[in-house]
Amino acid sequence: MKHFAYLVAQLDSTTKTTAKLRALTDYLAIAGEADKTWCVALLMGRRPKRPVNTALMRQWAAQVSGIPLWLFEESYFVVGDLAETISLVLPPVAQCSSITLSEYMTALLSLSGKDEAAAETFVKQAWAGMTQTERFVFNKLITGGFRVGVSQKLMVKALATHYHMEEGDIAHKLMGKWTPQENSVQRLISDNEGINNLSRPYPFYLAYPLEESTESLGCVSDWQLEYKWDGIRGQLIFRKNEIYLWSRGEELITDRFPELSALALSLPCDCVIDGEIMAWQDGKPLPFNFLQTRIGRKTVSKQVLKTAPVVMVVYDLLEYKGRDIREEPLSTRRNLLESIVMETNAHTLILSERLQAASWDQAKTLRAQSREKLAEGLMIKRLDSPYQVGRKRGYWWKWKVDPLSIDAVLIYAMRGHGRRANLYSDYTFAVWQGTELVPFAKAYSGLTDKEMQEVDRFVKKNTLEKFGPVRSVTPELVFEIGFEGIAPSTRHKSGIALRFPRMLRWRKDKVAADANTLDDLKSILKNFNV
Amino acid sequence: MPLITFTEKGLYCEIADVHIDPWRPVANALITHAHSDHSRWGMKNYLAHHHSIPVMRRRLGEINAQGVAYGERISINGVEIRFYPAGHIPGSAQIRLEHKGEIWVVSGDYKLGDDKLSTPFEPIRCTDFVTESTFGLPVFNWLPQKEIMESINQWWAKNAADGFNSVLFGYSLGKAQRILAHLEKSTGPIYVHGAVANMNDALAESGYDFGYAQRVNSDTNIKSIRGAMIVAPPSAQSSAWLNKFKPLRTATASGWMSMRGARRRRNVDTGFVLSDHADWRELNEAVQLSGAERVYVTHGYSSVFANWLSQNGIDARVVKTEYEGELAEIGESQNKEPEAE
Repeated sequence: MKHFAYLVAQLDSTTKTTAKLRALTDYLAIAGEADKTWCVALLMGRRPKRPVNTALMRQWAAQVSGIPLWLFEESYFVVGDLAETISLVLPPVAQCSSITLSEYMTALLSLSGKDEAAAETFVKQAWAGMTQTERFVFNKLITGGFRVGVSQKLMVKALATHYHMEEGDIAHKLMGKWTPQENSVQRLISDNEGINNLSRPYPFYLAYPLEESTESLGCVSDWQLEYKWDGIRGQLIFRKNEIYLWSRGEELITDRFPELSALALSLPCDCVIDGEIMAWQDGKPLPFNFLQTRIGRKTVSKQVLKTAPVVMVVYDLLEYKGRDIREEPLSTRRNLLESIVMETNAHTLILSERLQAASWDQAKTLRAQSREKLAEGLMIKRLDSPYQVGRKRGYWWKWKVDPLSIDAVLIYAMRGHGRRANLYSDYTFAVWQGTELVPFAKAYSGLTDKEMQEVDRFVKKNTLEKFGPVRSVTPELVFEIGFEGIAPSTRHKSGIALRFPRMLRWRKDKVAADANTLDDLKSILKNFNV
Repeated sequence: MPLITFTEKGLYCEIADVHIDPWRPVANALITHAHSDHSRWGMKNYLAHHHSIPVMRRRLGEINAQGVAYGERISINGVEIRFYPAGHIPGSAQIRLEHKGEIWVVSGDYKLGDDKLSTPFEPIRCTDFVTESTFGLPVFNWLPQKEIMESINQWWAKNAADGFNSVLFGYSLGKAQRILAHLEKSTGPIYVHGAVANMNDALAESGYDFGYAQRVNSDTNIKSIRGAMIVAPPSAQSSAWLNKFKPLRTATASGWMSMRGARRRRNVDTGFVLSDHADWRELNEAVQLSGAERVYVTHGYSSVFANWLSQNGIDARVVKTEYEGELAEIGESQNKEPEAE
């Protein structure tokens, strides 16, 4: 654990990618195979299900530290991170233990199914043998989410350096179904045929937003234009009569979409297809809130299948008849994809339409109209592009429409987490309904650090009431809130739910009375929610 | 009426007509220490520990100030006033006022650990104790100074070996000198930012010696510097001044560095948990040692700390002041420290 804790501390103390990479390769060089595998799994977000209830951990931490629970909670509000709060309140370590990361993980996993007392003994004993940093890391193993700024890409890069292999190769081999209990990094990266892993997906190719002018892209005829669909990115795998559906978060979601797993009966040949899972009816998409009724639902009722039917809007082909064709140009892959869709006798496989534009100006017009199609803008892909690994510049661009926006008043603020701990950085916004302010959205991104500190000071000086980590404030500050979509909602007081709300800018030129009204929001809803 | 009342201008003793660390102009100010949130501009008369006076003069200009020694007895209209060491920075004091059996101790900012620079904190029995609560939460627990200074020296040595300069940020008064006093001088040359050098000069008048730390000025041949330690105030972090020392690594020394969020927000390479304020254990110990019947909790996590004391059977209440604790060290101060070069 000592080494892994040191790694986390190193990763945490720098924002420089080269330094992080160095810390990772240093760790890989000294860690044992089992520890290495757990490190890769954890930093790539493969955390096993929480083995210990966090409410219990709070109680134990308070007990061991000899403080009342309310004082622990107050501390937590300030620190903003449960794992860290616990690590800071516990009495100093008496004697350091030499238990390794993988030993801790194995022990933690074996706790599931056992009673509370067993967990309590284990956790308290573990705490007693650790330094503050080790405790923090240990607690994170339980509560989850390291957020030490290690992207999958960086982890892959470190492994590639360590094993002298290609990054794309490593990324691919680490995809799909595997657990550190049953596998080792060494074994995964030596599996060249994927024999152990019929369901293994390819790494998704992700586009950067287009920031330069379209003219810099050259001739429009070199590019394939499509709508940018607002669904769930998915990879459909059909191999040896087995079908698998993966989400971009590498979750296997085959069972949640019976409409799509039924494609096993109609696909003409083995293939791997990239596309977007969409709620769809009468030849067009349904608003995103329909799809939301399907997300996270493991068993799907007939009712839901009827009100929110899904299809896969497909745009790329990665494997054809058992052959990896990612290096072929997009135009070739697209042709093959079209032939597969043609031969598939199912209405749930829909080709993402190729949009025709004779000039970038025409493309611009298409983009401006995309919201009417319930799309978020356009995707621009070079016709001769290979299918790459991860987020890369150059071949694929997302070209989103400008967000919808509304001016709203800040009414609640909550302390943030992580980097924003002890800083009021999570806000609730309201619009007017007569003389009343109705909350309608939460947002926590879009401000610079400096602006955030300014708002933080405002919140501390203008607090009306405190509820734990939340404060209500004098309604005074106005922000322009941008969002990608809008839908009716019965769960919110305003009757409205926004998609991806964030702060576009602080309207220092406006006072609360200048903010928009609920009626303004409702008219946007009328225009854009079909 | 109690001997001391809490007014809009600060803590006030009417019988002696003195304010303690007032934040608005008054006639007679008793000053616990020379940090700018406790020692402010505009008082007719200042009374502070001898070692605070040169520093105050440097920061406030021509003032009418008089110095006292620790333990020296001053009597005003039947109120006996004495200054006792607070261990916060050189010259820092707790101020004790006694009148007809009522004994108040206003502790200003303090720490219990001996930093081997300032005169160590001395517990004073009293009936009414005024305490800060900058780090009044059980998550704040300092390591022994020896360990922290060892890490600082190791960090410097490693940077020097890698060919980097080390820039360490801390208050120009107090923190900077505490660090300077414990640097391993054989590692490399030591430089200080002008704001720190000014404070060193002021403290030199009271016999403190930081002559080994060279002031960075226009004559300094910066390009030739490698492996040096440069101690600078937090406000220098975003200034162009810093670029002169490249290649460099930066660190902040502050109690707030114990929190990961603050550490990451500060955007330095390293954070050292080093504070001149009492940690959780020390705050509790100080209250206990005072034996006070009533405790007044000022700046910091005041309501939480007062609640905690109340639950433990101590008559504690929150008092609102305009002191700031260590906020400027993480760039979150409301009023700017005067840190000009």
